Amino acid sequence: MTAGGGPRFIGRPWARVDGPGKTTGEARYADDLVLPRMLYGKLLRSHLPHARIVRLDTSRARALPGVHAVITGRDLPVRFGIMPTSQDEEALCLEKVRYVGDPIAAVAALDEETAERACEAIEVEYEPLAPVMSIEEAVAETSVRVQEHGDGPVPNVHKNVSLEFGDVAQGFAQADHIREDVFFFQGNTHLPMEQHSAVAQYDAAGRLTLWTSSQTPHYVHRALAKVLGLPMSRIRVIATPVGGGFGGKSDPFSHELCAAKLAVATGRPVKITLTREEVFYAHRGRHPVLMWLRTGVRRDGRITACHIKTFLDGGAYGSYGIATTYYTGALQTVTYKIPAYKFEGTRLWTNKPPCGPKRGHGTPQPRFAIEAQMDKLAEDLGLDPVAIRLANATEPFTRTVNHLRITSNGLRECIERVAEASGFRAKHRRLPFGRGVGLAVSTYLSGAGLPIYWNDMPHSEVQIRVDRGGGVLVSCGAIDIGQGSDSVLAGIVAEVLGLAPSEIGLVTADTDLTPIDLGSYSSRVTFMAGNAALEAARKMRELLVAAASAHLEVEPDGLVVGDHRIHAAAQPERGVTFPEAAALAEARFGTLVTVGSYRPPRLAGPYKGSGVGPSPAYSFSAAVVEVAVDPATGEVRPQRVWIAHDIGRAINETLVIGQIEGSVYMALGEALMEEQVFRKGLHKIPSMLEYKSPTFLEMPPVETILVVTDDPEGPFGAKEAGQGPLLPVIPAVANAVYDAVGVRIDEVPITPDKVLAALDQAARGGVGRVGPRRVPPFRFRDPIKVEPPAGWSVPWRRGLPVAGGAPGLPDDLPTGTAPSDARPRDREAPEEP
Amino acid sequence: MKVALTLRINGEARDVIAPVHKTLLEVLREDLGLTGTKHGCELGECGTCTVLVDGTPVLSCLTLPVEVQDREITTIEGLARGGELHPLQVAFTELGAAQCGYCTPGMLLAAKALLDRNPAPAREDVSAWLAGNLCRCTGYLKILEAVELAAARARGDAPQPTGDGGPPAARVPQRSGGAS
Amino acid sequence: MLRLPPFTYLAPRTLEQAVGQIGEAGPEGMLVAGGTDLYPNMKRRQFEPKVLVGLRGIRDLGRISGTPAQGLAIGACATLAQVASHPAVAEGYRALALAAGAVSTPPLRNMGTLGGNLCLDTRCNYYNQTYHWRKSIGFCMKKDGDICLVAPGSPRCWALSSTDAAPAAIALGARVRLVGAGGERVVSAADLYRDDGMRYLSKAPDEILVDVILPPADGWRSTYWKLRRRGSFDFPILGVAVALRSGPGGVIEDARIVLGAVASRPVVATRAAGLVMGQRLTADLIGRVAQAASEPAKPLDNADLTIGYRKRMARVYVERALRELAGLPYDGAPGGAR
Ligand SMILES: Cc1cc2nc3c(=O)[nH]c(=O)nc-3n(C[C@H](O)[C@H](O)[C@H](O)COP(=O)(O)OP(=O)(O)OC[C@H]3O[C@@H](n4cnc5c(N)ncnc54)[C@H](O)[C@@H]3O)c2cc1C
Ligand code: SF4
Ligand code: FES
Ligand code: FES
Repeated sequence: MTAGGGPRFIGRPWARVDGPGKTTGEARYADDLVLPRMLYGKLLRSHLPHARIVRLDTSRARALPGVHAVITGRDLPVRFGIMPTSQDEEALCLEKVRYVGDPIAAVAALDEETAERACEAIEVEYEPLAPVMSIEEAVAETSVRVQEHGDGPVPNVHKNVSLEFGDVAQGFAQADHIREDVFFFQGNTHLPMEQHSAVAQYDAAGRLTLWTSSQTPHYVHRALAKVLGLPMSRIRVIATPVGGGFGGKSDPFSHELCAAKLAVATGRPVKITLTREEVFYAHRGRHPVLMWLRTGVRRDGRITACHIKTFLDGGAYGSYGIATTYYTGALQTVTYKIPAYKFEGTRLWTNKPPCGPKRGHGTPQPRFAIEAQMDKLAEDLGLDPVAIRLANATEPFTRTVNHLRITSNGLRECIERVAEASGFRAKHRRLPFGRGVGLAVSTYLSGAGLPIYWNDMPHSEVQIRVDRGGGVLVSCGAIDIGQGSDSVLAGIVAEVLGLAPSEIGLVTADTDLTPIDLGSYSSRVTFMAGNAALEAARKMRELLVAAASAHLEVEPDGLVVGDHRIHAAAQPERGVTFPEAAALAEARFGTLVTVGSYRPPRLAGPYKGSGVGPSPAYSFSAAVVEVAVDPATGEVRPQRVWIAHDIGRAINETLVIGQIEGSVYMALGEALMEEQVFRKGLHKIPSMLEYKSPTFLEMPPVETILVVTDDPEGPFGAKEAGQGPLLPVIPAVANAVYDAVGVRIDEVPITPDKVLAALDQAARGGVGRVGPRRVPPFRFRDPIKVEPPAGWSVPWRRGLPVAGGAPGLPDDLPTGTAPSDARPRDREAPEEP
Repeated sequence: MKVALTLRINGEARDVIAPVHKTLLEVLREDLGLTGTKHGCELGECGTCTVLVDGTPVLSCLTLPVEVQDREITTIEGLARGGELHPLQVAFTELGAAQCGYCTPGMLLAAKALLDRNPAPAREDVSAWLAGNLCRCTGYLKILEAVELAAARARGDAPQPTGDGGPPAARVPQRSGGAS
Repeated sequence: MLRLPPFTYLAPRTLEQAVGQIGEAGPEGMLVAGGTDLYPNMKRRQFEPKVLVGLRGIRDLGRISGTPAQGLAIGACATLAQVASHPAVAEGYRALALAAGAVSTPPLRNMGTLGGNLCLDTRCNYYNQTYHWRKSIGFCMKKDGDICLVAPGSPRCWALSSTDAAPAAIALGARVRLVGAGGERVVSAADLYRDDGMRYLSKAPDEILVDVILPPADGWRSTYWKLRRRGSFDFPILGVAVALRSGPGGVIEDARIVLGAVASRPVVATRAAGLVMGQRLTADLIGRVAQAASEPAKPLDNADLTIGYRKRMARVYVERALRELAGLPYDGAPGGAR
């Protein structure tokens, strides 16, 4: 059996399936839900950054007319947290508050205004504690403890890791040139347009249902069961369409647990919608990271060793922070062949809203550092930014020194094509003062190789049911957060069954009705749910073809699944329509249900900490940004962005380009204006007006180049697009600013005052740099020493000189790669479904 | 203080009794069940709650129903006419101009007001006009393209969409690019 | 959802009614036009008036009449969108058209009025915050507290005059007509303001700003430059309005330079303007004038970006505005353009 005439949708642009609902106001987001007898909930939040709760008196609030329930930490004493190793959150603080905004009580009332008045009527007496507000304070502070748990050696250390791969000392010894640089990446937040919202209902039969704007309904399900003490089988979590997530709705949240508890307490549905200010407190955004980076290179630009230290400002709770910490060290080796690599990282507790995963999770910060440093190294060596990156770029089907398996890899092509399209070589160092171009590259996961909690089950499951009328219903736990997962599921199934995506029915993200998907995080859905959908769809197609084959008396191999028909390849008129095939198949096999599931291959390396970083496939990107810098005002205006992205293969080109443009947008915001800053223990600017998010007028044109590499394990060869393209843009801006006006802003965001300060410095004969000078003294753990993967030492590619190549290189230096066991697939059209 | 009001919304007269301090946003969503109008800040800082009053974009979070009693209010629910989608709605779907879809109702209404005034806006005009509506997903470029495609179709300068949501027969001339 | 506190809403049809109603309401009452400044403040509990007197229903207040040759009267309730796009304003009073067009965002300009803009509450990033936030940091004297958090030793409030239109109106020599229970008076736009972040207007709370009267435009050329981070949404962190009247041979006969968002009131740079009087505008002179004009700018740490930066930009922006009017090449763009 063959498909008729190549893919009809895969690899091409087509309309999103959720478009009609989202353009008509029909789509129902969590805050749009209203249930009969519904009450409105509100959280009382701490107004101190760090304090012990001495007394909490809710009696006045309870006495207010219209108030139906008031709960405190005593009602929900069980701790939770997204990572099994950091169960440090309380739905409502019991003894201590740790940041301004930490919730301490919750109210359910007839309307929101009454709930708010009730919150004001709650009396709280605090004993204030000294707040810890920065990385430096957290490292230095010895008497004040933000959290009870930690890794040492000082009290406010959440995590302390150290890993060494290969012989780093020897690597540096072999370098012709070594640089050390210090960088700072300020924290920032997701700022989804939709404020978080959840509605809970506890029915007469004792079942709890929670509708919530969440990227991870499964993890919310688990947290609800744990904190409320109900079996998972009595809880149903339904994720509503998410009005923007970007990682910010991936944790179980206090308001979700409180809405559920209040619903149980009152026997009435309860809705809690956060205000914008509360969304800033819920946070889980980009960690501020201070970084020290030391890299050794040979004269030809090839890296001999790299050592990075990262200091993460984690805020007051764990969230995904352990993973974030490892991510600041994990992926540098995936873009560059680094033969010896050392990573030391620490996450620190501070009295600020907890940081967590934001688009690129832990990798944009070190990516900013390494890409800025690559340009500095290139300049030191007299190389150009393209050449030094090509000299170090990793190859397809290799392993990195930290045991990450790379499959398809279009990095080289990305660099070459983006340089070409932007005219980089003609522009770099050649544009007039005030204009500049910058280049940077990156990589990202197509889904984390391991789930959040240890288990052996699939990460994604899909069920397809075909009814006798030819209707197709796809059920999957995946939640569309705007990235287009509904369209991906529909598109894959439609392609395999010869239908159109808009004809596929979807039930998603409902723990009662849909098989599992772990959630819309780590760019995993297209890859994992996509593979599960592909498997289920192929099984369904087999059933339909078998039935059609018996009916038409044509061998299955002689049949074609075409446009809404199954017919003989040789005689197109000899066939059945899709509904006819469905009826025939149902008659023959009974209920038509097929399932598919996906579990990534075992990829973790042989060391503790190897769980973060592995992915079944990596996307690669390269970006060039052209900027105009006004030397009198320091303002940086991006003029145009060129970005090449190794997508494997696009399931839907429209969606992929949309993800890339959205990533570029978010990256420009982070590079130039967005920052989560604090003053006197408070978030300085928790509003949409003062937290600067780029408007239409700040967005430059973007030229997107899709590089097709057909990943052997991705569905139809697809890899991720939602996060990777953000990564290269931020350092590319920094590099472009340097090219434009000759100053280095080694700190994000690159605000006009910093540019001006650096220009002043340069004018006075200084170096023209703004950025941190040093990292604080800190005792990292003794490193876990890890041997590179087997087969590691392969000769330098002899006879392949790079610009400025150094003569007489020994033959047996490690290259920074080892062959991997994955094999390329045929580089033809996407595999026949 | 409660007031009884008759609001003209999407061509219908709707009677409401509500406290006078409830904003149009609250009355639309909570009293009239028109939840298509979204909100992101309730302080005028995001544009998400944009509706049209007599064809002009205003922020429903800073408008009192008493102030717009005898005016014609259009919300996202009133954009399609008799089941037929507005060309902007079609183009937004087709080009992926709605990702999470949360900014979309406000964006569409603001764009409609623009096209009603200027059937052939230049890209800078679209950017300037929509600069009061934030979107965190799209990077705005697909929105610009979709507004241009809808405008071109309305003028008869671009082919109508294909029925099955498949690849549009022809794209808008410029594939991406924002205000420069 | 942030919500408004309860109040009674009155919708007078005439100015007389309005004057009566606001007088009757006393300190519990407030005027509202577009509501784009007042409603956000009320939602954050900066104000909790018991009575609102809405001015939008008063027909006459929305009018724009006259010509640049005779002078223009702009009703206080004309929206910023109307002011920005009115041909007579664009022709004779460009600074005002640019300023109005640079306020906030397109939908807000459809709602916000010129009168409301001139009466805009002063701003401070310790003040324009929710009740919860202000309680967390400890209230300041402008609302609910008794000290200034920006300048803790200070007996006064330093909140910033952040209206875009005021510097332009002052530079253009505008006067405003105020009507209250005590009758009508006309004051210069400059005299509408006081150097105090709390009592920032010289008008009585029950006086209604009725219209803005612009003198004949003959010979005057003007511009407005605005510093902000984004091309939309953001309040000015610096506004520069310049108006010049030149005589034969390009000699400057009269000049006004006004800075916004550098103090609690618009700052008229009299000395700097004096430097150009009777002179031709050369690049060199402009540099000196810009230096002099920026001297009175004394920003504090209560708005976006750093103090030093905002101070320094005053010179750059005055220079650019003057170069623009002098026909010399300049970087950047006037108004809110990017
Ligand atoms: C997100 C956002 C961004 C903004 N950006 C800017 C900006 O960049 N520049 C800027 O200048 N403003 C900005 N504003 C503020 C505001 O939108 C404008 O200043 C607008 O012009 C205010 O006019 P209004 O009619 O809405 O005022 P209202 O809110 O109705 O009134 C403001 C004040 O003036 C008083 N008042 C109004 N009319 C009269 C009258 N006729 N007589 C006496 N008193 C009166 C009111 O009592 C109130 O105290 C912004 C607002 C928001 C929400
Ligand atoms: S300047 Fe001082 S008193 Fe005035 S609003 Fe700001 S903090 Fe309060
Ligand atoms: S909700 Fe943000 S502007 Fe109205
Ligand atoms: S589509 Fe998500 S905010 Fe615009």
